[in-house]
Amino acid sequence: MLILECPYCGVKAEESELAAGGEAHLKRFGAGSTDEDFEGYLFARKNPKGVHFERWRHAYGCGKWFLAARCTATLEVFGTYPAQTAEPPADLVAKIKQKRPEWEGYK
Amino acid sequence: MSEPVSISASAPAAAQASAPAPVSALNGASFEGMVKIREAGACGMITLRGNFASEAFVSAVKSASGLDLPGIRQVVRADGMTLGWMSPDELMLMLPYAEVPGVLARLNAALAGEHALAVDVSDARAVFVLTGTRAREVLAKLSPADLAPGHFAEGELRRTRLAQVPAAFWMTGEAEVTLFCFRSVAGYVMGLLTTAAAPGGEVGAW
Amino acid sequence: MSTRLSSGGRLIDRARTVEYSFNGKRLRGFKGDTLASALLASDQMLVGRSFKYHRPRGIVASGAEEPNALVGLGTGARFEPNQRMTTTELFDGLSSASQNHWPSLEYDVGVLNNAVAKFLPAGFYYKTFIHPRAAWKHVFEPVIRQSAGLGRVPKERDADRYEYFYAHCDLLVVGGGIAGLQAALVAGAAGARVLVLEQTAHWGGRAPVDGVEIDGKPAEAWIKASVQALEKMSNVMLRRRTMASGVYDHGYVLADEKVADHTPGDGRPRHRLWRIRAGRIVTATGAIERPLAFAGNDIPGVMLASAVRDYVVNWAVSPGDRTVVVTNNDDAYRTALALKAAGLQVPAVVDARDRADGALPQAARAAGIRVLTGSAIAKAHGGKRLSGVAICAQGGEGNAVTEEIPCEAVAMSGGWSPVVHLYSHCGGKLSWDEAHAMFRPDAARPPTGADGTGFVFAAGAANGALYVQDVLGDATKATIAALQAAGVAEVETVVPAVKAEVEAPMIPIWVMPQGAGPDLRMKMWLDYQNDVKVSDVQLAAREGYESVEHTKRYTTLGMATDQGKLSNINGLAVLSNALNAPIPEVGTTTFRPPYTPVTIGALAGEARGEIFQPLRRTAIHDWHEAHGVEWEPVGHWRRPYCYKNGAEIASAAVNREVLAVRERVGLLDASTLGKILVKGPDAGRFLDMLYTNMMSNLKPGKCRYGLMCSENGFLMDDGVVARIDEETWLCHTTSGGADRIHGWMEDWLQCEWWDWKVYTANLTEQYTQIAVVGPKARAVLEKLGGIEVSGEEFKFMEWREGTLGGLPARIFRISFSGELSYEIATPAGHGRALWDALLKAGEEFGITPYGTEALHVMRAEKGFIMIGDESDGTVIPQDLNLNWAISKKKEDFLGKRGQERSYLADPGRWKLVGLETLDGTVLPDGAYAVADGFNANGQRNTQGRITSTYWSPTLRKGIAMALVHRGPERMGEVLEFPKPDGSSVKAKICDPVFYDKDGEKQNV
Repeated sequence: MLILECPYCGVKAEESELAAGGEAHLKRFGAGSTDEDFEGYLFARKNPKGVHFERWRHAYGCGKWFLAARCTATLEVFGTYPAQTAEPPADLVAKIKQKRPEWEGYK
Repeated sequence: MSEPVSISASAPAAAQASAPAPVSALNGASFEGMVKIREAGACGMITLRGNFASEAFVSAVKSASGLDLPGIRQVVRADGMTLGWMSPDELMLMLPYAEVPGVLARLNAALAGEHALAVDVSDARAVFVLTGTRAREVLAKLSPADLAPGHFAEGELRRTRLAQVPAAFWMTGEAEVTLFCFRSVAGYVMGLLTTAAAPGGEVGAW
Repeated sequence: MSTRLSSGGRLIDRARTVEYSFNGKRLRGFKGDTLASALLASDQMLVGRSFKYHRPRGIVASGAEEPNALVGLGTGARFEPNQRMTTTELFDGLSSASQNHWPSLEYDVGVLNNAVAKFLPAGFYYKTFIHPRAAWKHVFEPVIRQSAGLGRVPKERDADRYEYFYAHCDLLVVGGGIAGLQAALVAGAAGARVLVLEQTAHWGGRAPVDGVEIDGKPAEAWIKASVQALEKMSNVMLRRRTMASGVYDHGYVLADEKVADHTPGDGRPRHRLWRIRAGRIVTATGAIERPLAFAGNDIPGVMLASAVRDYVVNWAVSPGDRTVVVTNNDDAYRTALALKAAGLQVPAVVDARDRADGALPQAARAAGIRVLTGSAIAKAHGGKRLSGVAICAQGGEGNAVTEEIPCEAVAMSGGWSPVVHLYSHCGGKLSWDEAHAMFRPDAARPPTGADGTGFVFAAGAANGALYVQDVLGDATKATIAALQAAGVAEVETVVPAVKAEVEAPMIPIWVMPQGAGPDLRMKMWLDYQNDVKVSDVQLAAREGYESVEHTKRYTTLGMATDQGKLSNINGLAVLSNALNAPIPEVGTTTFRPPYTPVTIGALAGEARGEIFQPLRRTAIHDWHEAHGVEWEPVGHWRRPYCYKNGAEIASAAVNREVLAVRERVGLLDASTLGKILVKGPDAGRFLDMLYTNMMSNLKPGKCRYGLMCSENGFLMDDGVVARIDEETWLCHTTSGGADRIHGWMEDWLQCEWWDWKVYTANLTEQYTQIAVVGPKARAVLEKLGGIEVSGEEFKFMEWREGTLGGLPARIFRISFSGELSYEIATPAGHGRALWDALLKAGEEFGITPYGTEALHVMRAEKGFIMIGDESDGTVIPQDLNLNWAISKKKEDFLGKRGQERSYLADPGRWKLVGLETLDGTVLPDGAYAVADGFNANGQRNTQGRITSTYWSPTLRKGIAMALVHRGPERMGEVLEFPKPDGSSVKAKICDPVFYDKDGEKQNV
């Protein structure tokens, strides 16, 4: 059972206080978008064995959504950060790269 | 005769001052075991959302409650008012039930022009007071939060879960905890607390 | 026979006798006994029957690893099956009964299986019961089920209570032997928050039994001093009788504290499940002795050497006057010496090694014990108890018996296996240690935690430090490593000196004697409980099983309630020999939690009875309960389905309620409806994205019905939106949808449109909401007085606020029934008062409370959809002819793009229609309309299905709503709906609005 630190309230919340929300940093495609873009937005999901960016909500706490970078194989948590961003913070990406040189990087 | 359409966000509370006394979820039920548990009756609560960095918001809160904004996960108290940090843009102001309409009106006046939300949620919640040195232990049977002395202290408000429902609590003394949950699950929470506090359940952890 | 020795027994208090019973026999033991030690002291060698062959079984071990000695414990509401005698503390009035035999333990019919054991090899069931196919269900399974299984399932509701306790620590030490205590001392002195768990009632583990000296004193003295020192540290918490059952991700550990197993009915919770969050974990879980595989090693009286020693030293129990020790290592000589010191006979130590001249064998010889090196037990003799052993050379085939030794007990030792379970649960890897023939934790490949580094550190015997002299040093090292990983840099340590006899190396012995033929191998037990023998594993290998995981499942080796604590390594070694592959290459099976079984009550914790799950109550709940309510669960809410008058049946009550509303006036508790306040300069824009229709142009004081769709385009919720003021809207959601829709709103505001100025608040529970519905609704409200409700002043789809009968109220004039209808919201604290006031005011008009079923009937009569009935996650609003509620002006809204996809825009979709049965009966819910022909699976083609179906008391006939292929184009067509009984119902497609098509009743 995971522990993730909520970047808003600082609580090291255990999984039972959180709600998972799937892959982070999806770009929304709305009315008028192409079939390909819409399909990608709605259905295509990464499923890496390794570094993954995810959405979590501190459901039993401050109620805020935040994002987490986590290894899906070892469950190592590289960091958590607020959801109001279109891509992971540069310092977090650098930190992951340092720990996992073989990682192909974000995107 | 017809009443004018009210355009306040403050709900039917306007007429509340003259209404008969409200009935709280458990009407003040109590229990005595490892600790004393009491449903606190009708308590006033106002949910406040706004930009904590805005001076107008901060001063509006101060003028209506007399309190400065609490820090992250903190709770501040003075003169019958308690102000708790709920999230980066949400506060809970707790006060006597009867004072809600007046304070809400003052808040809304002070917040005019500011993007903020102040709304009466007094009836949406149930408040419990746990008294006794084993209050921490009782809660630690139900919540995954770290409640050990030195890790949870007076001044901190913890939002977490109690078994299967959300709740928030804070210490109002070394041997007293105040707790609130949603009104509809007050009976469930009372059941949890009385089970956890049943005589013989002393853990002796702290 | 086994007896109580006249003196000794470090754990028993001879001054305090304890009365208990076994199979109805009243017996006496001492305080401090386990059920196992007490029964052995009463010469109860036979304690159970094995699972498959019903062979007689005796006590083998002295702790959690015991495979045989299982009993049903307690009676009635405190009965629990499959309890290990070896871990059951004796108490006054304990009642126990052996299992898996009929009619009695002594005379078991199932033992016939033993006579045909030759014909019941591994995989017997798989191979035999395949054909004919039908026979499995009707013949084989019922017979096998009858004879299988260990204990009985408890029949009564558990009398006890259970609870959780959430604990947090920097360092969790599992195991209260000398390694665990040393770890706790080191970590405690370093200031870390430490939690120490010991599964038994006693600190110190094996050291006091083995005659170890620490710091120049007997181990017992050091243990006592250490525990006292730890008790004084405020940062250290000690718990006995607490078994760490599993290690999970990110330092999560479950531990089962047996609070009151030994004091049943004393008012304390029976078990407490500790849910621990540990920064780092030191596993000081010790090691378990391995049996030796010789023919007849399952006869009662054959025990582990360490267990024999425990029974003698701890509980002053003699397993018999004459005990033969058989071993491949020096440690077992301690048992020979302990027996001798207790005045018992040791006819021989049978040592498989060619030489035995270490300190312990020499001491045994000096004590007058005969040591037979290079020797083996060819065969143990006996039935329900051991009578003797035949000795042969370990190197041979076992045919040349050199000697027959009569004896009552055999103390066997095949070496030791570290308890690596907790280290392995979360991915820690093991390495093979040739010297001790064991798997030990590989510190280079530990389980890793949230920070990517190792979080479990094995200490002492659990880490493979099998010689006691090494234990404290190893534990200290592990603790320092754990503390440093947790960020505690400065650690001061003192490692006391440990004195014990030096042990010479063991040699691995997997089969005894080495060249034993098939007849002997068929009597060599590996798994005592599941009856898996050496020959079974060898057969599996011959049949092509190469993977240890497959072999385990095929033979059931290690799958009994003891989870192979004794059999795992021996079985693995036999398999690797049969495969001619080295043991580390074959590998071990996966260790999974729990370490020992955890009772389900402990896992459930407080969640049982009234608080099994949250029950949400409205402010009027108690009134409903007192007035004949039949409840309908809606999420965690309970809503009145209907109210029964006395002996009235539910359907009659529903019909009465519907007619009362249609003809007079009804009252509905609608408090569970979601109520979400949405406020801000961008609130209108936000709601325009959320709803399929426009909400930004709604005028303050007005209401509008709206639909919400997922990005897939599918309908997910609906409700009435009221505009409160310029910046504020109040959105009503379905009862089940309030939290979900509030979360949905916050998701979009936080994660997509975070620059939009909108705040939301979920006010669902702030208000009691009561619907007053029917032709007399206005009269009732007028009687209460307050808000003006005349048709001219307060029109349909408007709202007003003020007071009603002196109570604060906000009234929405909306209708879900087609009648004149007002929904009144008041703060929940006044909810019951408002309900009572409305009932009183409505009395003269025949006001009738009604439930959800009447609500459903009336909405269906009006053709209104219900989320979850007409929608199921694959239905778009267009399917329900709700195009009028989908804005064509808006550039975008959630779900718009999804609905543009070709198959959702296809005119051939199933669409909403009404149905009238030709014979007036009620269509079955969910029934399908059949079409011509069959699909590829040979099933009838379908062309539609029922989404809602009711008896309409208003129209006095069955009505239904259905999704039908091109339905609205096919008015008047008759469809056929087969029923489960083979008959079918015919129904005609019609307009779904059955009642008051022009809306005259709701607009008065």
